[in-house]
Amino acid sequence: MRARSTWRDVLRTPLGAAATVLLAAVLVLAVVAPPIWSARADAPDTGQILAGPSPAHWMGTDSLGRDILARVLVATRLSVELALAATGIGVLIGLLLGTAPLLLGARVGRLVLAAVNIAVAFPGLLLALFFAVIFGVGRTGALLAIGFAIAPGFARLTQTLTARVAGLDFAAAARIAGVGRFRLFLRHVLPNVGEPLVVNATIAAGNALLAFAGLSFLGLGVQPPGYDWGRLLGDGLGGIYVHPAAALAPGVAVVVAGLAFNLFGEALAKTIGPRGPLPAGRRRPQRPAPVPAASPPAGGETVLDVRDLRVAFPGPVTPVRGVDLTIRRGEAVGLVGESGSGKSLTALAVAQLVEEPGEVRAERLELLGTDLTAGPVRARRRLLGTSLAMVFQDPMTSFNPTMRVGRQLAEVARTHQGMNRRQALARAVDRLRAVRIPAAARRAGQFPHEFSGGMRQRAMIGMGLMGSPALVIADEPTTALDVTVQRRVLRLLADIRAADGVALLLISHDITVVGQVCDRVLVMYAGRVVEELTVAELRAGGRHPYTRALLAAVPDLTTDRHAPLAVIPGRPADPADPAPGCAFAPRCGFADERCARADPPLAVDGTGRRVACWHTERVARAADPATRPAADPADLAAADPVAGLAGPGPGPAPGPGNSDEREVRIGDQS
Amino acid sequence: MTTAAAEADRRAGLLDGPWPRFALRRLGRLLVSLWVLVTAAFLMIHLIPGDPVRAALGSTAPPSLVQARRELLGLNDPLWLQYLHYLRDLCAGDLGTSIISGLPVSQLIGDRLPATLQLAVLAFLVAVLVSIPLGLGMAVLTRNGRRRPAELVFTSTTGVLATVPEFLVGVGLVYVFGVRLAWVPVAGRAGPGSYVLPVLALALGPAMVLARIVRVETLAVLRADYLRTARAKRLPDRVVYLRHALPNALTATITLCGLLLGGMVAGTVLVENVFAWPGLGSTIVQSILAKDYPAVQGVVLVYGVGVLLVNLVVDVALALLDPRSTIREG
Repeated sequence: MRARSTWRDVLRTPLGAAATVLLAAVLVLAVVAPPIWSARADAPDTGQILAGPSPAHWMGTDSLGRDILARVLVATRLSVELALAATGIGVLIGLLLGTAPLLLGARVGRLVLAAVNIAVAFPGLLLALFFAVIFGVGRTGALLAIGFAIAPGFARLTQTLTARVAGLDFAAAARIAGVGRFRLFLRHVLPNVGEPLVVNATIAAGNALLAFAGLSFLGLGVQPPGYDWGRLLGDGLGGIYVHPAAALAPGVAVVVAGLAFNLFGEALAKTIGPRGPLPAGRRRPQRPAPVPAASPPAGGETVLDVRDLRVAFPGPVTPVRGVDLTIRRGEAVGLVGESGSGKSLTALAVAQLVEEPGEVRAERLELLGTDLTAGPVRARRRLLGTSLAMVFQDPMTSFNPTMRVGRQLAEVARTHQGMNRRQALARAVDRLRAVRIPAAARRAGQFPHEFSGGMRQRAMIGMGLMGSPALVIADEPTTALDVTVQRRVLRLLADIRAADGVALLLISHDITVVGQVCDRVLVMYAGRVVEELTVAELRAGGRHPYTRALLAAVPDLTTDRHAPLAVIPGRPADPADPAPGCAFAPRCGFADERCARADPPLAVDGTGRRVACWHTERVARAADPATRPAADPADLAAADPVAGLAGPGPGPAPGPGNSDEREVRIGDQS
Repeated sequence: MTTAAAEADRRAGLLDGPWPRFALRRLGRLLVSLWVLVTAAFLMIHLIPGDPVRAALGSTAPPSLVQARRELLGLNDPLWLQYLHYLRDLCAGDLGTSIISGLPVSQLIGDRLPATLQLAVLAFLVAVLVSIPLGLGMAVLTRNGRRRPAELVFTSTTGVLATVPEFLVGVGLVYVFGVRLAWVPVAGRAGPGSYVLPVLALALGPAMVLARIVRVETLAVLRADYLRTARAKRLPDRVVYLRHALPNALTATITLCGLLLGGMVAGTVLVENVFAWPGLGSTIVQSILAKDYPAVQGVVLVYGVGVLLVNLVVDVALALLDPRSTIREG
């Protein structure tokens, strides 16, 4: 059933349809051409020897006065037949060799594979020539030669595919159940590797056709009086000055037929693609949602000033919807929220690293008083390159694997500080030392894969310190690290901040980490800031239901390990489908129809904090155990993970209006 | 002083690191392949049905001459002895004697090899010099789904051209540039002009395949985290693409480069026959048709060694470009 739909899918793409029509035409011609044109192709016309195109002979005639067009058409059958036969031989031998490890056992299999691997290293044409010598010049010899030349590649493919399938659970289960090797192969393995094998056989047929044309052209294939396209081409080439059609007509025929097979194979491969070799694509960059920022507390030199930052992608999707953010010198600001809340994208937008087709707009975007959205490009690049340091989430993939670490650091100084190679490298070693990398000089000469994860993250921080940064933006800097290493990296960030008065924007889904490092915290949900508060206030519990839910979801030592982990019910808002009203309403126990109607502004509430919620008073009341009604969903928000006092509440309450049963855990980060 | 220390460390790293093990393993594989190749070349003559000497000299040759020639070639000895002699002679650089011309095969190869080498190396250079800028440029231009029409034109054109075998490209070139335009000579090897068409014919297909692969690999690399790091350092675009993207895209490309270059070595056989190029390719075909088996044996050996050397160079280049590949099994 799957097979039938595959064929239909092939026809549905333009490439597939064209390839199918072309291939069908070639195959039909192979069947009908000889009976129709054979007589004409073999009839000598002594009055018309080596004649050019004429109404009687559209492509002219050959040295015996035979019609070239008819000969080319008739040759279709032999050319296609030989190609298919050679492919058949190759596929059969390839299957036998490729399944040897499975059918004959490991030892014989290894020997066969070693031989196959050596043979695969040689180009097919060379193998074909070698076998052509052994099997002799002529049609049969060439047929066997090309078949044998196809075999090793096919054997390798078969072996790779079957090894993969045979290693899968169901095959192992069948083996344990006592299924014999042959049955295992026929019943369990072959059906699962069939499709890629068919695709490759189709492409191999195309190549066999071209190879046969090559051998016949050289005079090693079909011998007179027989003729295929290659033979006609070889015969025609000598007279190309007098009579080009004799060489061009069979040449065009070979190209068209070869393309038909190859394109059809490719269309087939594309249709069943996901089941074949791994796709080259990688996961899409995650698009976090936007944050509204707190108003700048008074005093202190402003390092970063962002007003109404918006990031949009075509779709249209607006994952960041109006974030205000101000960071002063030496200040540490945390940005928290679930995956997709817009926090990472906010950071990338601030750093001017959002690539097309993403679009960043802001009423104001200033670093150290310089507008990042306008002005001379060179000056902006230098400012960003030296005053802003980025630390990314995954230190394993954030270094260029083909460059030595020292050089990757030195590049910054070479580009922005005009240092020569030696000065820049010395600075790099010095910076590596500054981030406590032991034997920094030796380490600078190593490649990233020789560093441990924690060391790489420190080197990444060192890279940021090559200039004289006023702001370090660290996007989940510890998420990919071991807990013990996390602590060292956080301490390093704190020390840098203390020593040089560097401001820190720490992005994390881990509210505990943020609580340890930061002064001020912005909580983001669905592309907006929903609450801004100091760490002390965070410890006391947020005012926004989402903040409280985040806090509640953090387990600590007193958490009952037998109870299910606390979660926030429902799933994060979809930035592609923004609903009117508060984005958190579908997951919020306090939501009423006002929340569904209007999005609450980020406003100073009764206690002087900024929070975007219509119901802060009810939330505050619910958080107080004395006044809490028994069934109030605000049970969610009882914990204080920062102080490590209480456990989470008795479990999540389903948010009203949330039809989605799926629950997403905070901390289940990309 | 620090840099000097780092330099010393680096050199020490070369000796203790994975390099010696990589070199040993690679050398072992080369020797095994070489042995298989030599043995296959030796056995080739013996796998041919019938008497190769009789086949070569024709059915009219007197039996005494056939016997004498058999004796001369050592074909009457036991197989193992012939094998030992063959190996001994190979080590001395003796590839046997042509049945037809009576000349040493090594001399024949010495005469013809340079022409083939020139062709293959030039074509490879052309293919690489065309495909890498083309693939890299197309990747940068069409990244993140930009310029869809340009992408479509590129993929379909290269896709079709990549399928056309080199001897047909050759015939097309001969027709257009030799017959219609009469710009360049179409046969033989005389003067720089005579190189143009054979080199183009040999380079076109591989260049197209490579350009496609460079583009796909570069697109993948452009999405990598370390490219974001490079952009975060505000390096000039030139540095981002050439120093950070290109080497990483090439590590994956270079393996294929080797396959293509190996294919090119074989492609010379056809192209030489289209353009009457006086190289090994014409020699092997003429020798096969003339049933001059010692000559065929020698030329096959040369082609095989050429392919093995290409593979070796590719692995070493890969190891230099991406140090992680020295650790991988393979």
